[in-house]
Amino acid sequence: MLDMTPPGIAERSALTINPAKTCQPIGALYAALGIHECLPHSHGSQGCCAYHRSHLTRHYKEPVMAATSSFTEGTAVFGGGANLRQAIKNIFQIYKPRVVAVHTTCLSETIGDDLSTLIAKAKDDGLIPEGSFVIHTNTPSYVGSHVTGFSNMTRSMVNYFAEPAKQKKGQINVIPGFVEPSDMRHIKMLLNEMGVKAVVFPDTSDVLDAPQTGSHRFYPKGGVTVEALKSTGSSKKTIAMGSFASEAAAQALMVKADVPYDLIDLPIGIAATDRFMQSLMDITGKEPSERILDDRGRLVDMMTDNQQYFYGKKVAVFGDPDHVISMTEFLVSMDMIPIHILTGTPGKRFEQRIREILKDVAPDARVKAAGDLFELHQWIKAEPVDLLMGNTYGKHIARAEDVPFVRFGFPILDRVGHSYFPVVGYRGAMHLMEKILGVLLDRKDRDAAEENFELIM
Amino acid sequence: MYDETDDKTRASDTKEFIEDISKAYPTKVARKRLQHMIGVNSLEKQKIDANVRTIPGIITQRGCCYAGCKGVVIGPIVDMIHIVHGPIGCSYYAWLTRRNQGRARSDGKNYLQYCFSTDIQEDNIVFGGEKKLKAAIEEAYNIFKPKAISVHATCPVGLIGDDVVKVSKEMSEKLGINIFGFSCEGYKGVSQSAGHHLANNGLFKNVVGMDDTEEEGFTVNILGEYNIGGDAWEIERIFNKAGIKVISKFSGDGSYDEIAKSHTAKLNIIQCHRSINYMAEMMETKFGIPWIKINFIGIKSMSKSLRKIARFFDDPNLSERIEKIITEEEVEAENAIAPYRERLNGRTAAIFVGGSRAHHYQDIFKDLGMKVIAAGYEFAHRDDYEGRDVISDIKVDADSRNIEQLYVEPDPARFRLRISPERYEQLKKEKFLSYYEGMIGEMESGSLVIDDISHHELEKIIEIYKPDIICSGIKDKYLIEKWGIPSKQLHNYDYGGPFAGYRGAVNFAKDIDMRVNSRVWSYITPPWKGTPIINAEFAA
Ligand code: SF4
Ligand code: SF4
Repeated sequence: MLDMTPPGIAERSALTINPAKTCQPIGALYAALGIHECLPHSHGSQGCCAYHRSHLTRHYKEPVMAATSSFTEGTAVFGGGANLRQAIKNIFQIYKPRVVAVHTTCLSETIGDDLSTLIAKAKDDGLIPEGSFVIHTNTPSYVGSHVTGFSNMTRSMVNYFAEPAKQKKGQINVIPGFVEPSDMRHIKMLLNEMGVKAVVFPDTSDVLDAPQTGSHRFYPKGGVTVEALKSTGSSKKTIAMGSFASEAAAQALMVKADVPYDLIDLPIGIAATDRFMQSLMDITGKEPSERILDDRGRLVDMMTDNQQYFYGKKVAVFGDPDHVISMTEFLVSMDMIPIHILTGTPGKRFEQRIREILKDVAPDARVKAAGDLFELHQWIKAEPVDLLMGNTYGKHIARAEDVPFVRFGFPILDRVGHSYFPVVGYRGAMHLMEKILGVLLDRKDRDAAEENFELIM
Repeated sequence: MYDETDDKTRASDTKEFIEDISKAYPTKVARKRLQHMIGVNSLEKQKIDANVRTIPGIITQRGCCYAGCKGVVIGPIVDMIHIVHGPIGCSYYAWLTRRNQGRARSDGKNYLQYCFSTDIQEDNIVFGGEKKLKAAIEEAYNIFKPKAISVHATCPVGLIGDDVVKVSKEMSEKLGINIFGFSCEGYKGVSQSAGHHLANNGLFKNVVGMDDTEEEGFTVNILGEYNIGGDAWEIERIFNKAGIKVISKFSGDGSYDEIAKSHTAKLNIIQCHRSINYMAEMMETKFGIPWIKINFIGIKSMSKSLRKIARFFDDPNLSERIEKIITEEEVEAENAIAPYRERLNGRTAAIFVGGSRAHHYQDIFKDLGMKVIAAGYEFAHRDDYEGRDVISDIKVDADSRNIEQLYVEPDPARFRLRISPERYEQLKKEKFLSYYEGMIGEMESGSLVIDDISHHELEKIIEIYKPDIICSGIKDKYLIEKWGIPSKQLHNYDYGGPFAGYRGAVNFAKDIDMRVNSRVWSYITPPWKGTPIINAEFAA
């Protein structure tokens, strides 16, 4: 497995090997699916769209619909305006969406298609039916990563729909970030439990975890509605989860509609969830319900009961920045020592936050934004770990170095569960702990001498 | 008894269905899509439109030129480094996502698990990315010391004018290994197909013919076999038994060194016609290697293909060995599939994949007693549907004209017709050599053929025909299953395989049975639906 990777750390400036990120449009496509009755549209050649749909499908195990402008060489030379017009016309007649959410690809970005103008023109020419919308975002993949694309599309929801209002309503906005449908569902449940009225956007629950009923709904019942998005401008406040995926939209809402925002980490792990609860307490003036407190109590119980199995274990974590930040903090809260932490998404804030979290625990940890998995693998070769956490692509490193592996983040192509079982909130933390403990003890059992193979713990 | 009128009525039913499908479309779209659909009528020679642009805004299964070049043909070559020059996504999505299995040869080199990209950034778009590409090639060379490197261009780098072919050549001279580039930007052509063509050209120009070491015996190349789930290895198992030697595979489990001497083989056998017929034709012209179209999917097909190879070599010992193998293997496979066949007999299937597979799997469904009611390709050309007779009347449109066409001539030193000229001509006349009859000929009257099927058309098929299984790719899989119909991925087999050869046929039978006859589908409708059983004891 990965036998060609040399042990000495190789200096590279130009070559990426085994990326820990992918390109913007896939994030934009995912975010767009979180709008009710929305058909994402990829403005570029059809290959990008095919890849993005395939990949999201592999992760969510659900139909992922999206149309494409199907550029050919001629389009690449003369611009994609005509293709987009044709596409808009066909889409509204055939698929009847409420919203078409267009994202660009590297090609249309490089050509410089001006989508605002193209869309405005299509509207003037009557190609967009009354009450329906075409929105867009720019997602050149030579900037940022899939997380940036998610963030850009989420911000576009604000730019296109949020309506400023002097009179604020008794509701808040929650931007949950690039998380699973299960996580969004759980966040809504917590808000509900706290008695908070909120617009959660994007919201892919009930879209990418639709039940099997024997007939397919082209637009499943979930997703944030256009009306709800319009009302985000009249909310009292926004809670943005994760600076990489969610801050841009929160900021746009502040600028456009004067809605202040709290930026918090993704509520993964105990401390980050506590902070989420604190922001809800600040808003409502109420303490968490007994049910939530009991969940917290059970999580702490699980942590104190099992602390000895986690203590001092060295961990390597990679994935999307917002996820990895919270996960690193959670690992520390369990007395584990994250020593290799990497994301593929560029951004200074990542390294700063991780350093902050690790300053007393692992000041010498290797930390890197805009890194790749080849580098992570070489770090692990140089200093082995007891556990690796990250997306499916970590499985090769785990096998090559014989390290217990917990799948976490995006994408998970070879297992199920992530879209059904949340990792956010206290229950999510319990679920994560159970997974980690499982692989650590499986390893202990596997390596134990016959006479040390124990029934009880 | 065969009744001609039956065929006619069935064909007119499908006509009605096709017209109904197209009602949802704007007039112009409907007019175009109607050219891509036919109700098969075995009494007529039928024409279908293919390899033309997908209409913008239509939800399609198709991918791009780059996917065909790097993703399908070049990527599976095990012992080369394949660098993608472009933003990160293109490289990332072609990383281990096709299940092309491959093993290192004796030199231990295997790069299949790696993904190499220049991950170009905004300043490269503005100022050009060639410098970064050169540095990336050099870094790859320094770290891995590969024997050869391929470089693939994606949409934006083509647009800004980075010349991957030139840079590769330059770096090849500098580093002293074979490095060659593919201008396979995604916008070229109208589908993956353009990329297959470019990939063939590139391999032919840069690798084929580099090593003249010739091997004795019944030597063949397997063309258009991508070793999904280990298909090629099952084929090779049988070949080994027969004493047929595979010089090289294009390109599943492919090896650079083996491809370099592929021009020494005596026969080319083509599995996926669409992706690789170019290679077969060029090798035939330049080196005199004849080609035959075979099909390794299905018990009968496998045997038929082996017999075809035997006929080509025309050697009594080989023929005898092959007959023996057929007898042995067929009995074993037939016995193994018998219980499945019993449960599958009379069921219906639809197949929408690739540029050849929707044809390959026709026979195996027949082996299982099943009927293919509809089929079509994602990126085929008319000859894949109608047979090679139509090639001469396919007009070259603007999109195809942009794909480089190599003009190949016989190599004066190395051209050698492998069989006597008379026999060669005779076999060609009989359409034994250099011939492919296309998919339509395999299908029954009243079945449907749909090219570049759209999402809407697929849903209509589900609604009206309710096939017992639909074979497709990942983008359609869960959509189909949401309708309560099992789906089998024929691009990557859902972690299964091999499906080729005798043992593959048994695997396939098992897989189809386990999907079609699974009890899970019976739980979709809750038991109380229709007859509610509510014992409302505690109701107020
Ligand atoms: S061209 Fe750009 S948008 Fe398309 S797959 Fe490649 S990186 Fe992603
Ligand atoms: S038709 Fe099938 S084998 Fe040929 S390239 Fe397509 S998926 Fe591959």
